[in-house]
Amino acid sequence: METTKNRFFTDISVMLGRSMRHVFRSMDTIVTVTITPIAMMLLFVYVFGGAIDAGTDNYVNYLLPGILLMAIGSGVAYTAYRLFTDVQRGILERFHTMPISRSSLLWGHVLTSVVSNAISVVVIVLVALIMGFRSSAGVLPWLAVAGILILFTLALTWVAAIAGLSAKTVDGASAFSYPIIFLPFISSAFVPTESMPTVVRVFAENQPVTAIVESIRALLSGRPVGNDIWIALAWCVGITLVAYAFAIRAYKKRG
Amino acid sequence: MPTASIQVKGLQKSYKQLQVLKGVDFEVEKGSIFALLGSNGAGKTTCVKILATLLKPDGGTAAINGFDVASSPEKVRQAISLTGQFAAVDEILTGRENLILIAKLRYLDDPRQVADDLLRRFGLTDAADRRVATYSGGMRRRLDIALSLVGNPQIIFLDEPTTGLDPEARIEVWKNVKELAGSGTTVLLTTQYLEEAEQLADRIAILHEGRIIANGTLAELKQRFPAAQVEYVEKQPTLEEIFLAIIGKREGK
Repeated sequence: METTKNRFFTDISVMLGRSMRHVFRSMDTIVTVTITPIAMMLLFVYVFGGAIDAGTDNYVNYLLPGILLMAIGSGVAYTAYRLFTDVQRGILERFHTMPISRSSLLWGHVLTSVVSNAISVVVIVLVALIMGFRSSAGVLPWLAVAGILILFTLALTWVAAIAGLSAKTVDGASAFSYPIIFLPFISSAFVPTESMPTVVRVFAENQPVTAIVESIRALLSGRPVGNDIWIALAWCVGITLVAYAFAIRAYKKRG
Repeated sequence: MPTASIQVKGLQKSYKQLQVLKGVDFEVEKGSIFALLGSNGAGKTTCVKILATLLKPDGGTAAINGFDVASSPEKVRQAISLTGQFAAVDEILTGRENLILIAKLRYLDDPRQVADDLLRRFGLTDAADRRVATYSGGMRRRLDIALSLVGNPQIIFLDEPTTGLDPEARIEVWKNVKELAGSGTTVLLTTQYLEEAEQLADRIAILHEGRIIANGTLAELKQRFPAAQVEYVEKQPTLEEIFLAIIGKREGK
């Protein structure tokens, strides 16, 4: 018999293959997670951009980090949806009566979320390049950006897992993502927080999106990142740990 | 050594205030088809879920091939396969991909070959490369049962395998289940259709209000039918009449 550890990784890769097929076979997923953020970017750059004073002559550079976070926010909603479907259809029960690694289904979904969000991030960055996005950053800052985005994806994916595993209806499973998609609007993602009224500004400056956006912006423009990156990391790791604990509890409850 | 594939003793389970199983006992012999018959809410699914390691019992024991479901679920999962109440098939994958997925998770040597064989056996070869979303209810159920057979598990649980199927699809599923037992697999099926139990099962247990109130072969159950009434009926009693008579008698007490 295989050792449990070997089984874990083999089972996860089978599960990953399965849910990646789900991603590529549903057009609406691709449209929502890639085309919608690109449309937002076009809208903000070519329609609103002229009237927004972000203190930069290249608004695409300013905008891109927030757009990437929005794309990830809408991308993880599909993880919730896919997990919900597996619970509802009895697929989770089928897997749980088989002699496979218990958590492989869950990890398969989580890795699928990381991979598919990475793909949409790359596509959006390519479109941004065509629109005039430029970065002077070297390999290390880019790796740091990739690392932050992966951590952000993981954090939101575990939140999505809680929703997908405990929702009663399909709407409930994806409802959690609306506030997440909305958060970048009340942050420094589109406009500098200095322009906001005090109450909104305090919220905007102390919510995770601003710290993450500022870190990525600084990394991509070759500026020093300062404290923002630690705040960003603390948010991502903190959310991941708490959400992971609750998601595992919800998963165990499901058999 | 236990000779029975499934041994259930004094099984109890409650959901909050509601006591669903109040001490269920039965045994299923290796290679036989055993029907757990009962109306909606009788506790059939709860019973199957406990046997399939999805739920923990509150009291009593259940053993599969001599392994306790609560203390050695891993051993139990090596031997069983569950076809739940609703077809647990992946709609976005094709029928073939569904089978290959399970074959890979069961570490079989040639997943493709296993899939081809089962597709043929269940009359799904023509639909093999279509997404399951396009399948009819009967086809889904057949694929669902085929998925449970991947890797030839010794014991198969079928929870209401024909609920929601049209008569034709039902007969098709019955044929598949009969073939199963013929090949030495132990089958425990739950049903609320009396005819289904009558058609398929070697032994039938009637689960009513959380207890087994009758257990035997069809012939044995028919003997329990009140003799006095036999004189007035012209045909053989159907299982439905037996069922109602037994329930009525108990409730009259």
